[in-house]
Amino acid sequence: MESEAGRRDGLVVPPVAVGDGRFADNIVFFARVLRKAGLKPGPGSVADAIAAVDAIGIGSREEFHAALSAVFVKRHEDQTVFDEAFRLFWRSRDLVGKMIAMMSPVAPDRSEKDKARAGAARVNDALFAERQREGREDEEPELEIDARFTVSGSEVLRGMDFAQMSVEELALARKEIGRLVLPFDEVPVRRYRASHRPQSVDPRATMRASMRTGGALILPRFRERRTMHPPLVILADISGSMSQYTRVFLHFLHAMTERRRRVHTFLFGTRLTNVTRQMRNRDPDEALEQCAGAVKDWSGGTRIGETLREFNRKWSRRVLGQGAVVLLITDGLEREDVDLLVHEIDRLHRSCRRLIWLNPLLRFEGFEARARGVRAMLPHVDELRPVHNLNALGDLVAALGDGRSGGGDPRRFLPEGHHGTRH
Amino acid sequence: MANLPVGGIPATIDEMLALLSSHDYLASRSLATVLFLALRMERPLFLEGEAGVGKTEIAKVLSAALDRPLIRLQCYEGLDVASAVYEWNYPAQMLEIRLSEAAGISDRDRLEHDIFSERYLIRRPVLQALTSEGGRAPVFLIDELDRTDEAFEAFLLEVLSDFQVTIPEFGTVKAAHPPIVIVTSNRTREVHDALKRRCLYHWVDYPDARQELEIIRRKVPGCNEALSRQVVAYVQKLRTVDLFKNPGVAETIDWATALTELDRVALDPETISDTLGTLLKYQDDIARIQGGEGRKILSEIEAELRAVG
Repeated sequence: MESEAGRRDGLVVPPVAVGDGRFADNIVFFARVLRKAGLKPGPGSVADAIAAVDAIGIGSREEFHAALSAVFVKRHEDQTVFDEAFRLFWRSRDLVGKMIAMMSPVAPDRSEKDKARAGAARVNDALFAERQREGREDEEPELEIDARFTVSGSEVLRGMDFAQMSVEELALARKEIGRLVLPFDEVPVRRYRASHRPQSVDPRATMRASMRTGGALILPRFRERRTMHPPLVILADISGSMSQYTRVFLHFLHAMTERRRRVHTFLFGTRLTNVTRQMRNRDPDEALEQCAGAVKDWSGGTRIGETLREFNRKWSRRVLGQGAVVLLITDGLEREDVDLLVHEIDRLHRSCRRLIWLNPLLRFEGFEARARGVRAMLPHVDELRPVHNLNALGDLVAALGDGRSGGGDPRRFLPEGHHGTRH
Repeated sequence: MANLPVGGIPATIDEMLALLSSHDYLASRSLATVLFLALRMERPLFLEGEAGVGKTEIAKVLSAALDRPLIRLQCYEGLDVASAVYEWNYPAQMLEIRLSEAAGISDRDRLEHDIFSERYLIRRPVLQALTSEGGRAPVFLIDELDRTDEAFEAFLLEVLSDFQVTIPEFGTVKAAHPPIVIVTSNRTREVHDALKRRCLYHWVDYPDARQELEIIRRKVPGCNEALSRQVVAYVQKLRTVDLFKNPGVAETIDWATALTELDRVALDPETISDTLGTLLKYQDDIARIQGGEGRKILSEIEAELRAVG
């Protein structure tokens, strides 16, 4: 258990007595480390943290950990990074000495460091990045840290450069994107707004209005259901076979994210990456660059079944909750177990309002559903559409609008007798 | 911090643990720490975790342990101010207008003042939580916040940071004693950072085997020791199997109760298969465990329990 580990360390935290000026400094420095490691402690957090530690008093390491964690961690995903930062930062009175010790190749606790802990790389980066840049230490530590960034060679590790998109291409894409209007893609929600149509009376507005005449005149005011875009969830394949379309998609997805609320974007190749936060960046180039940074498997292979499974387990209940429309962008060329793919796409289909498959292979005349993956997926999607050029994007927008236009019916590619039905 | 009014609030983390335990809630030390902090710092506590780990239960236990009323706001999509905070009693207001008309009162300001007075105000949970009576701040449970939409979340910001709401016709209502606020979320969507920043945060995890066994002992007293051990070991193992939905503590209790009701003294493959519905709620998961996997887990835990003695 955590507490035992803490006690084995044999130190009582906080390292400096509460109330001592240096303690506050340490908290400030710790918050800064967290911020560099990717957490977002707000400006008030430091004061909160000091108040929290003050409230629990000097106790066990576990309590101290829980108090700081409650203040600084606001998302479960950040917990591992926080834990790692906490472990490194608060482990000794002689912080600077320890930091130097950690950098040194002869440090006694080196073996501990060799284990690849979750979040370790980021925290390590946050703690020691400047030190590396300063280059005051001899070269060995740098080598050591480099070694920790080495990831298995099974996946293609490379940052994609989005800057290659030609100006002309970009301008066209943006123009097309600028024309995107989603006219009927709205569903009623449970909230109301004022209305002129005499459908249902709004008692609150009626009463307020009547007060204007001192209650002499009670004229009914009306209200109607508000409408809203349903959430849009995008699952985009960025594997090698899809790479030439990825850039255009991503621009398109960025525009979507900007225009409507509740757009969630996931990229997948051999694994699934949620880039929703990165896509929210205002500037498209900046956003795409950040996506490239977040994704570890650009242009690698595809495992559609496996990644759909991961999505279904980890994310479907979190992002499909409110009647979402799902755009699945892939060529459907599955190289692995097709049974798994069938099972998972069926589940996906049953958990969303509408599943639209965008397939760039459809641009070829006489496309036939010959690949096993494609045949497996077809019965489980509501629509199948091409998405290889700007026109196709335009069609997609129309399709999102009313869904019935433009022959997106996937069953046209299936031989007789294989027509899937919605379960 | 030290001069806070500390009426009935535990003075140390150990006291907090004891208090929860006396009401049959077995909290981990870190949960007790954040609860203690929430009480001392008068900050809302945001609890996240899988369904069935006992988040809602914490609020109920706090309310019982501290002898405070529990006010619960169950969130749902489209929850609005009228059903969460306050509403005016329109029929009564109409009647008042008609009566004053009949009595020939034509003073507009007075009428307005009368119409929008406390008398016609219907208090919904948020307002109830802020206007507690008798100086005892209630425990205010905002349950499953992730089910509401962003608009309501934004509204809560004022409530959670200043413990006040503004009613246009009436003015601002500020809590004399801030309620103890527990917010829970199952993570069906991401809650905005702005709201989380106002709260202390804690991820409630599944209990470890020792804790879970103690929970079964307390909650299902009729379940014999050997069976309890088996049940807990089995459930703990199930949680590592990568199911679509892991069984929560509530499910473990249900299962132990079901087995006790059926007068079973030990697990066997048949019993497991018949009662799996109390534990797993997805057909895929049930099918998988009813197949070979369930049998395998059973033989594994039997071996483990034998080894322990």
